[in-house]
This record gives sequence, structure tokens and C-alpha cells, in this order.
Amino acid sequence: MQTLDPTPSEPPVLVEEPADLVPPKSPRRIGWARRRRALSAFWKTYRRSRMGMVGLVMMILFILLAVFGPLFVPARNVSVAFATGKPFQPPSLQWPLGTDNFGRSVLSLIVVGSRISLIVGFAATVVTMVLGAGIGIASGFYGGKTDTLLNALTNWFLVIPWIALAIVMASILGPTLLNIILIIGITSWAGTARLVRAQALTVKERPYVERARALGGGDVHTIAHHILPNVMPVIFANTVLTVALSILAETTLSLLGLGDPNSISWGGIINEAFQAGALSAGYWWWIIPPGVMIVLVVLAFTMCGYALDEIINPRLRER
Amino acid sequence: MSDPQPEPDVAELGVPVVEVEDLEVNFKGRVGFFAGLLGRKGFDAKAVDGVSITLYEGEVLALAGESGCGKTTTARAIMGLLIPDAGTIRYRGEPLARSRRGLRGYRKQVQMVFQDPTAALNPRQTIYEIVAEALRIHGVPGGPDAKTEEQLVARALSRAGLRPPERFYLLYPHELSGGQRQRVVIAGALVVDPAVIVADEPVSNLDASVRGEILALLMKLREGSRISILIVTHDLGLAWTVADRVAVMYLGRVVEVGPAEEVLQRPKHPYTKALLNVVPEAGGTERPILQGEPPDPTRIPKGCRFHPRCPVVASGRAERLGILNRCVSEDLALEEIAPGHDVACYLKGLGEEP
Amino acid sequence: MSVLSVRDLSVEYRTTGGDVPAVRGVDLEVDRGEVLGLAGESGCGKSTIAGAILRLLPAKTKITGRIELDGNDILELTPGKLRAVRWTAGSIVFQGAMHAMNPVQRIGEQIMEPILVHGQSGEREARMRAGTLLEQVGLPTRRLDDYPHELSGGQKQRIMIAMALACSPSLIVADEPTTALDVMVQAQVLQLLRTLQHDLGLALLFITHDLSVLVEVADRLAIMYAGKVVEQGGAEAVFHSPAHPYTKALAAAFPAIGDMRFRGRPSGLGGDPPDPQQIPTGCPFHPRCAEVIPACSSVVPELWTAGPARLAACVHVSGAPALEGVSR
Ligand SMILES: Nc1ncnc2c1ncn2[C@@H]1O[C@H](COP(=O)(O)OP(=O)(O)OP(=O)(O)O)[C@@H](O)[C@H]1O
Ligand SMILES: Nc1ncnc2c1ncn2[C@@H]1O[C@H](COP(=O)(O)OP(=O)(O)OP(=O)(O)O)[C@@H](O)[C@H]1O
Ligand code: SF4
Ligand code: SF4
Ligand SMILES: [Mg+2]
Ligand SMILES: [Mg+2]
Repeated sequence: MQTLDPTPSEPPVLVEEPADLVPPKSPRRIGWARRRRALSAFWKTYRRSRMGMVGLVMMILFILLAVFGPLFVPARNVSVAFATGKPFQPPSLQWPLGTDNFGRSVLSLIVVGSRISLIVGFAATVVTMVLGAGIGIASGFYGGKTDTLLNALTNWFLVIPWIALAIVMASILGPTLLNIILIIGITSWAGTARLVRAQALTVKERPYVERARALGGGDVHTIAHHILPNVMPVIFANTVLTVALSILAETTLSLLGLGDPNSISWGGIINEAFQAGALSAGYWWWIIPPGVMIVLVVLAFTMCGYALDEIINPRLRER
Repeated sequence: MSDPQPEPDVAELGVPVVEVEDLEVNFKGRVGFFAGLLGRKGFDAKAVDGVSITLYEGEVLALAGESGCGKTTTARAIMGLLIPDAGTIRYRGEPLARSRRGLRGYRKQVQMVFQDPTAALNPRQTIYEIVAEALRIHGVPGGPDAKTEEQLVARALSRAGLRPPERFYLLYPHELSGGQRQRVVIAGALVVDPAVIVADEPVSNLDASVRGEILALLMKLREGSRISILIVTHDLGLAWTVADRVAVMYLGRVVEVGPAEEVLQRPKHPYTKALLNVVPEAGGTERPILQGEPPDPTRIPKGCRFHPRCPVVASGRAERLGILNRCVSEDLALEEIAPGHDVACYLKGLGEEP
Repeated sequence: MSVLSVRDLSVEYRTTGGDVPAVRGVDLEVDRGEVLGLAGESGCGKSTIAGAILRLLPAKTKITGRIELDGNDILELTPGKLRAVRWTAGSIVFQGAMHAMNPVQRIGEQIMEPILVHGQSGEREARMRAGTLLEQVGLPTRRLDDYPHELSGGQKQRIMIAMALACSPSLIVADEPTTALDVMVQAQVLQLLRTLQHDLGLALLFITHDLSVLVEVADRLAIMYAGKVVEQGGAEAVFHSPAHPYTKALAAAFPAIGDMRFRGRPSGLGGDPPDPQQIPTGCPFHPRCAEVIPACSSVVPELWTAGPARLAACVHVSGAPALEGVSR
């Protein structure tokens, strides 16, 4: 019988170094190298989604339009006082989308309005995300009384019709752009909070969170290094969808006459058209184009959002 | 001083590092919503119900027992990860601080190794970030021969057998094998030079073939830097390979503790004997196996908590020896029956089975 | 007479990341009333063999070789015939299956299901049979009306065994039947399996990574590494005097209490299990082997004689052909 040698041997080198992975000098830069790779892997998956790609292209076009479009619109084209066209012109070569009651070019209005619509969409989303993520994480992570309280608040915001709340707030705060953004943010964070709370609850139970505590990490450390990075993907996919919802919300508010009267947005254009009786007078060019833009932009963000969600949300991926 | 003879077993066991006394941890029982409305209460689980153990400097103490007996709960209480309902935990004579600062200092000294290394590593962190985590919490120690964070991480990784360390910096946990992941967990603990490591089933999720390597690594730490190790395990064979002393738990209590050779080769408690009987070995299944399901911490029996399953009681031997009465009605504590060998059984001193 | 005979079995999974050769030419033989233990580390192909025997692998998987179960050529059977053979000729006990029990069906109905499916008897007889089976696995008949959540892990595993016995198969494949169980419960389940196997004269293919469990229940052992059997022989002989360096490392992970050689000296294998898509050349074990010689990276060892009724795939065994640099 051969005898065993129970003395442990020095472990051999365990991993072959991947060829493209020569260690950079500073370990602080290490994360970035890896993150770049992760990002490119993510892009590869994303690219496979047709819906996501169509949405992305549309989204980029809209963003380009909002950023650069207004630069090419002469100011008088959208000015009530100096508009050059005659009122209520149907589409023609000179006015591709006709004119409104002040003789302003609807096309110009749409181009200029894209900026406000997108700004409101993005800014309201930021408010939604900060509120939703903050409240959701606090609720899920701390649990106990905090959770009971915050969860009750979340549910309250979820069940009351947001439009009622928005109307009340808008009439109290007054219709400025900033207020609109705040109102949309405050009325729509609850969904995000609920999503984030659920995710935070599961992440909190992971042993690596316990490990962080055993290492001596406090709540701030644990949230910053473990909860947030693992909740982030959920927030991210949600963000894109929220932009779409915020743009829609801005339209709704504008249609109700609660928009900022001093800035031009797509919802605002439609509202003015309604008020000027465009519907009964048959001025379709004044209503349909901004409506189509809203539908398209919402569609674009929604498509991207669903594509992201499918990649990021593992429950969907497993199916 | 004129006394040349030190207390024998104190000299042998050395300096206590972690002392646990009469530790109790209860988990609140849950009831359904309607039962709760009717005023019904859930049974509280006395997961740990009066555990006393001492971990001495530089020793490996194995905490053994069947599933649900409270091993993990004891370990988590020692780590300060849950607040005990009663009892004290002392580190180097000082009771464990409950303040955030005190706990932080303590957790620099006492580190934990987890059962499932895959779950204990954040999938979104690189190995470097994982190992550096404790340094970022506690700060990189200064001093004359101060080292940079990277040097410390590299040293911890190579001490844990991941060599050369730079190769692992960039990897994510899912790119390592199970054994390597457990090494990363160990490196993450070593990076702050702890005095104590609490390892909860550190190898039971690993392949048999790589277990030895991880255990050898833990043993080497003990020799190199006098680290004390509390290793929680259900595997007595493992306790035999690595432990200096073994404590056997049953239903929230330690029922036998002593040097590994004594406890594993000359067990005194009937439960320890039963546990040793189920260690698989060649030659089949003829030996007696304790029947019945694992005990329930919500209903701890009166008297000796092992009596409903105790073969000594079942065979009538307890009655013949006249201890049956006490077995079924009188609670009992650990008592020393040989130097350093404590047992909680009325049978002690009454001799071996004929 | 052998109940199960596996000849030159190879299994390749088809995945998006390429083909995975999980089993690469395995021969096994289990006789009536015999327990063959199959051991090896995670990913070496144990469950794949179990799946191949009852053809439970994904449809696209490429299986070659020959599997004969109770006289049926498994790989050639038509789907209808295959269904008839499953459970009557061979049945399987999975590790995870106790979680896969139908939570809303009484366990009695679950045990009766295979009996009724195979049309072996009517409803009433099937229920009688289920009761008998329950008693055989050490549970009272009244528990037929329980739901799975009313049972402990050990009891559920007993039910799984009862279900495997339902159609009186000649062979039971037990794939890690005790891995998730507590030590005490594991011992009870092992004792039960062994007693049943003995009393009913069953052939049992027992799969686990826990070699110490195998020595206890198995008559013969087959040790697998990287999709191949690397050592075969009587259980105690293989465990106590392993011939293959891999078996030695595996056996050392399960020390006997009282054996001073292991006291304070844990030992184990370094290195990682091989990736089935990049199996090393020569002896697949050579990157981790403690007794490696230069020839090992080029010579592919076959199962050579390593003593009476012993086979091992290593250049160091007595039956290996003469090679340069080999000392015995
Ligand atoms: N967070 C908890 N809430 C309620 N009960 C718990 C909790 N943690 C543990 N328990 C209960 O406490 C008892 C002891 O659990 P513990 O995890 O300490 O056992 P263990 O000895 O580590 O078992 P194992 O070998 O299965 O890991 C068990 O009955 C368990 O169900
Ligand atoms: N359905 C599948 N598709 C692709 N590859 C698979 C599939 N099932 C298993 N494999 C691969 O085949 C190899 C053998 O797997 P198998 O499940 O047979 O291992 P095992 O020996 O049973 O391991 P364990 O002890 O972990 O259960 C592994 O590398 C595994 O990743
Ligand atoms: S005290 Fe009595 S019941 Fe308890 S272990 Fe000893 S003999 Fe058994
Ligand atoms: S053939 Fe060589 S490498 Fe393979 S097991 Fe034998 S000695 Fe080791
Ligand atoms: Mg435990
Ligand atoms: Mg398997």
C-alpha cells in the first residue's frame, strides 16, 4: 500500500492570466478597466434586441432635435408678436406644418418645444429617481418602523390619483417650469420606491451584506458599496421608462392648462390649439403633429426601457 | 514568587481570547395574521440557550452538532452580528461593546469566514475591491513600516494562497472556482491582521478534493501568527483533522467540550457518542443510529434536553443507575470530569457501559 | 447477471458556447443486488451518466456508446418503449427532487402516480401498494394523506425513495440522495437505502461526491475525473489503499477519526477542476497530480490493472505498459 503524504503542498498557480488582461499599475484604475469590459459586453447583448435598437435610434434623434433643433429656428417664427405668417395656414411649402392662431410656424413650435418636453422629462425623472431610490432603500434596508412608515407613505402615493394631487399642487405652487418638474417628480416616485424597496430587501439578506457588517462596515458603507450597486440596474432600467412617463405627465398637465404659459412644450401647443378651437375648426396640423411627436418619444423611451429591463432584470431573463 | 508550579491546565490552554458565558439568543416565533388577531402567540425558538465556551489564544476550537442546534447563531452572536438576549461575550477580558465604535474596533480583531463563499462575495465587486474592503472601512494602518493598500491586499491574497496576487485583482467572483472564492473570503479577513477567525462551515460547500487545502491554509495561519480559530462544523472527521478542542452542541447548549483526542476518541456524553456513530465509515450500517427527527428549539424538553432521544434512558440503563429521575426533570450544566474535559450528563463518573 | 451495463458511453452537451464533452468513454457494470458507488468532484459528469441511463438529458445532447438496462438497449428504444422502461426497469432518486414534489398533492397520490401511469394495477391496489411502500421506508401508512410541507427533509427523501421503488425496478439510480441532509438524518436514510437494497435484491447506482458515504454503502467504487472513470475496484480496497493519485487526494479528505496521520494535517488537492471544454492533454489529472512525471502530459492512461479486481488509469500502476521514467 502506498502511504499518503498528508502534508499540504504549496498550491500551484491557479489561474492562467488572460492575455488581454495585463494588470495596470494602479489598482484604483482596475475597476475602470473591468467596467469598460462589462459595458461592452452589455452593449453586445443590448444590440441583439431589435426593439431596443429602434428605440435607441429614435431616442438619439429626439435628443439631437432637442439640443440642436432650436438653434436653427429663427426667434420670430415662434414669437407671438413678430410671427410672419398668417394665422391658421394649412401645411404648405413655406409652412410645412401650417401656422397657428398667431401665424407662428407649427414646425418651429414643435422643434422649440422638443427641448422643454425633454428637459421636463429628464429633470422630473431625476427627482423621481432620487426620491424613489432614497425612500425605497431606506425603507428596505432599515426595515422595522422606518419601513412601516415609508411603506405606508409609498402606498398612499401609489393609490391616490396622481392627477388630482398634481392639480392641487400646481394650483398652490403656480405653473412655473421648475414647479412642473417638482410636481411630476413628487407624484411619481412611489412606483420606483416600491421596486427599489423590493430589491433592497432581497439584497439586504445576501450573505455579502452580512460579511460587510462582520468586517466592521456601518450602514453608510453597506448601502454605498453593496445595496446601491445591486439596486442600480433596477433603477437604471426604470429610469428610461420614467422619462417616457414624465413626458406624458407634462403633456397631461399642459393639456389641463397647468403648464408653464411662458415656455413652449408639445403639450402646451396642443393645449393652445384646443383653446383656440382647432378641433372644431378642423386645424388638424396644429394638433396631430405635436401629438405624434409625443407618441413617438414616449414609444422610443419605452422601447429602450423594456429592452434594458429584459437584460437587467434577471427574473425576465430566466423566462 | 515562590510557587514554581503553575496551574496545569491553565498553562496548557493559554490566554483566553474570546469568552462566552451563558449566551442566550431567542428568535421570535411568527404567527399568521388571523391567529395573531385571536391573540395567539408564536413559539419563540431558543436557538441558543445558555452556551458557555472559551476560545484560547492560538487554538482551533471546533463547534459541532447536528443541523439547527444553534452553531451558526452562536458564531453570529460572537461576531456581534446579533444582539444576545442574555449572557456576556468578552474579548480579552473586556465585555463586548455595543456602541458602533466599540464594535468596529472589535471587528477589526475578529473576522469571519462564511459557509458559502459564492454568496458571501458581492458579484459586482472585483477581487481587489473585496479584499480591500476591510482596509477601506478601518483605514490602512500607519506607522514606521506602513504599507500601501495595494501592498496589504497583495500580501493577504498571497497568504491565502492566491499567487501571484496581481492576477486576481481584476477578476470577479464568478470567474473563480469555489475553493478560490473561499480563499478570497479568507484573504478579505486576513488583510486587517485579525486575532480571531470565526469560520462557519468554511468547507462544507466546497468539493471534497479542495477542502483539505482550505483547512491547511487555516491551520497555517494559526501557526504563523497565533490566530485563534473557532470553526463551526457538523463534520467530526474535520474536527479531528484540525481542532485542538471540540465542543459538541445539542439544542442550544454545549453538552461536551474537551481536547479533540478525548472528546472524539473517548466521548462521555451519549449524544457525542451518537454523533460519532453516524460518521460514515467502511464496514456498513450495523451500528446504532439515533432515530427521530432533529430536535425543535421551540419546545425544549425539561430536565436533560437530550433525554427524549437518549439511548441510555431508552435502554433502561439510566433507571438502573438511578439517574432517570434527574434525567427527565432536572436541568444540568457542564461539569469537569477530567482536566479540561467538561460534560453535561448525569452519567459522568458513573463509569463506562459494561 | 448484470442489470446495468454501460459501454464506452460518451455524452456531449450542445450549448451556445460550444459542445461540452461531459462524459468521455465510460464503462460501468452493476449486477443484481450490487451497489456501485460513483464518486468524483463537481462537474466530472456523474449526474450526466445518471441522466443518460434513463435518457433524461436535453434532446439535442449527443450520446454515443451502449447502455443496456435490464436487457433493454436504452439508446435504441422508441419513445413509447422508453417510457415503459423508465420506472419499471430503472428509477432515479434525485437530490433536489424533494424540492420538486408537487406541494398541493397528497404524498399518497404522488407515490401512486407512476404505478397508475404504468397501468400495473387499479386505483385501490395502487393505494395499497403506496401504503406498503411507505411502511417500507419507515413511515406510518396514515401519512399517505399528508402534504409535502408537513414532512421534514429526511421524510421527504424517504418519500422519494418510496416513489423510486413504486414499480419494483431492477435498478435504482440515487444521485446525491443525502447531500442536503443533516448528518443524523443522512445516516438514517443511508441505512434505509442499504436495508431496502439488501432485502429487495436491488441493483443500486449510488452517486455522490462524499467518498466516506460511498464506502459505507457501496460494494464497488468507480472514481471519475474529467468525464472518465480513473479508478475502479472493491469499495474498501479503493478507499483504504487508493491506486490513483486523484483517489488518494479524495480519500484523504475523509479521514478516519483516531487516525493520527491526519491529526492536525489536513491535505487536499491544489488547483481547479478541469474545464470540460479544455481538458488537459495526456493524463487529464496531470496539472494537479502529486506524482506527475514528464510522460504524463503526453500519455493518455487507460484503465490498467492495479491489483486483483482493481483498475486505475495512471502510469504508476502495475498493469501500465513500460514507459520512460516510470518507477514502480
Ligand atoms: N433569523 C432567524 N429567525 C428565526 N429562527 C432562526 C433564525 N436563525 C436561526 N433560527 C433558528 O435557530 C435554530 C438554530 O439555528 P442555527 O442556524 O444556529 O443552527 P446551526 O446549528 O447553524 O444549523 P446548521 O448546521 O443547519 O447550519 C434553528 O432552529 C433555526 O431554525
Ligand atoms: N444541460 C447541460 N448543458 C450543458 N452543459 C451541461 C449540462 N448539464 C451539465 N453540463 C456540464 O457537464 C459537466 C458535467 O456535469 P454533471 O452535472 O454531470 O456533473 P456532476 O458530476 O453531477 O457534478 P455535481 O457533483 O456538481 O452534481 C459539467 O461541466 C456541466 O457544466
Ligand atoms: S443526563 Fe441522562 S438523558 Fe441526559 S444524556 Fe445523560 S443519561 Fe442521557
Ligand atoms: S498518469 Fe501521471 S498525472 Fe496521471 S495520475 Fe498518474 S501520475 Fe498523475
Ligand atoms: Mg449553520
Ligand atoms: Mg450532479
